[in-house]
Amino acid sequence: MGDHVANPNTALKRTPLHGLHLELGAKMVPFAGWEMPVHYPMGVLREHLHTRAEAGLFDVSHMGQVILTCDPAALEAVVPVDVIGLAEGRQRYGIFTSDTGGILDDLMIANRGDHLFVVVNASMADQDISLLRDALGDAVQPITNRALLALQGPRSEDILAEVTLSCREMRFMDVATLPSPHGDLWVSRSGYTGEDGFEISVANDQAEALARALLAHPAVAPIGLGARDSLRLEAGLPLYGADLDRATTPAEAGLGWAIGKARRENRRDFPGAATILDQLAMGPARKRVGLLPRTRAPMRAGVTLFSSETAEMPIGTVTSGAFGPSLDAPISMGYVATEHAASGTVLFGELRGKRLPVSVTQLPFRPSTYKR
Amino acid sequence: MKYTEQHEWLDEDNGIVTVGITAHAAEQLGDIVFVELPEVGIEVSKDDEVVVIESVKAASDILAPLDGEIIEVNDPLTDDPGKVNEDPEGEAWFFKIKVEDLSDLDDYMDDAEYKDFIS
Repeated sequence: MGDHVANPNTALKRTPLHGLHLELGAKMVPFAGWEMPVHYPMGVLREHLHTRAEAGLFDVSHMGQVILTCDPAALEAVVPVDVIGLAEGRQRYGIFTSDTGGILDDLMIANRGDHLFVVVNASMADQDISLLRDALGDAVQPITNRALLALQGPRSEDILAEVTLSCREMRFMDVATLPSPHGDLWVSRSGYTGEDGFEISVANDQAEALARALLAHPAVAPIGLGARDSLRLEAGLPLYGADLDRATTPAEAGLGWAIGKARRENRRDFPGAATILDQLAMGPARKRVGLLPRTRAPMRAGVTLFSSETAEMPIGTVTSGAFGPSLDAPISMGYVATEHAASGTVLFGELRGKRLPVSVTQLPFRPSTYKR
Repeated sequence: MKYTEQHEWLDEDNGIVTVGITAHAAEQLGDIVFVELPEVGIEVSKDDEVVVIESVKAASDILAPLDGEIIEVNDPLTDDPGKVNEDPEGEAWFFKIKVEDLSDLDDYMDDAEYKDFIS
């Protein structure tokens, strides 16, 4: 039998920028079935700070890009988002919900005129495409011939303008097709860092040339998934699979704002609507909060939270935690019982057998700098 | 100089062993953001967890390489953990341990063996 036949189920997928990552000295790791750069020689800490000070280029081609040629109203069957009210040239944050009111994934939904364009998490892409197909059939077209780059940080506009000038006219959450020497770019002014910036869909065969053109600018550094995680955590943005899952509801996650007024009051026909709308009205029993450890010890995912040094019953759990380079302090995000969720409440996280104090705080840890 | 399989370096002088992590280990760990040192004066046994270090990636423990008494710790590391990346085999030592039985050091790798070990 074929001892040397690669198992297609375990082979990691590579993005069109794979060769460039290796050339740049990236440390590559498996991530959601893809081989992705976790950091470059600069290191996570400096990559993070560079993005906040100048601009960082991220390869996010592992994320699922999908075109939907259906009527906007049809997508409303699987998301509680006001898609009908989404104007052409605009993008909106959304979630997929289950019949029991849990969150199945989060996504971006853009109205690109004659079609909708959605971007879903790599780890959930198979599930999402399947649930979209169940609802929308042939209108669902996964895009495999385009890469996705993110350019994030205060210098982003100046840098992208050298490739495509009209990006300057876009504001936060605008989407547009912009001509460039690397073909038509599908650009949105958005990201996952709390910074101004752009997400750029580009044809696979032009992706490396575009990345090289952007990296040629002295303000741009390549940034890996490690810094992407600390950047999004400082920005208070939840990560699906860590801070959001199918056992978590929109009200618990603080994502009620993503469910537009039209969906709460009129078009209440989305999965889990009864549970979700009840909970939004009554208030959830637990809430996603920011957590500031009072010592320098980071509290990572899985740390159990107590109301005192001696309490026996846990009242919450950390779901994401890291060192926040821009705050020069450890930061965490987690869920705590609502009666302990007020800002300023001091809780205790159990770390290596010791209970260390941690303050509940509002998210984000660092204000975002979007160009509104 | 001696080396453990946990990538600690051990520098013995007059019955006192200074312990740190190797440049190889510091590079593998990535940016160090937190160091927790033991209390001076405690008696430790070989393989006790005596130091916690955390990088941007994960937490790891430094084990006591020998039985003995912690007689000094490098306190400035607590406020400046990044020093471990800058000078792991010099200024960024973790603790000094006074050992009874120096023959236990013989079990550890020398320079050439450690070089082989990490290659």
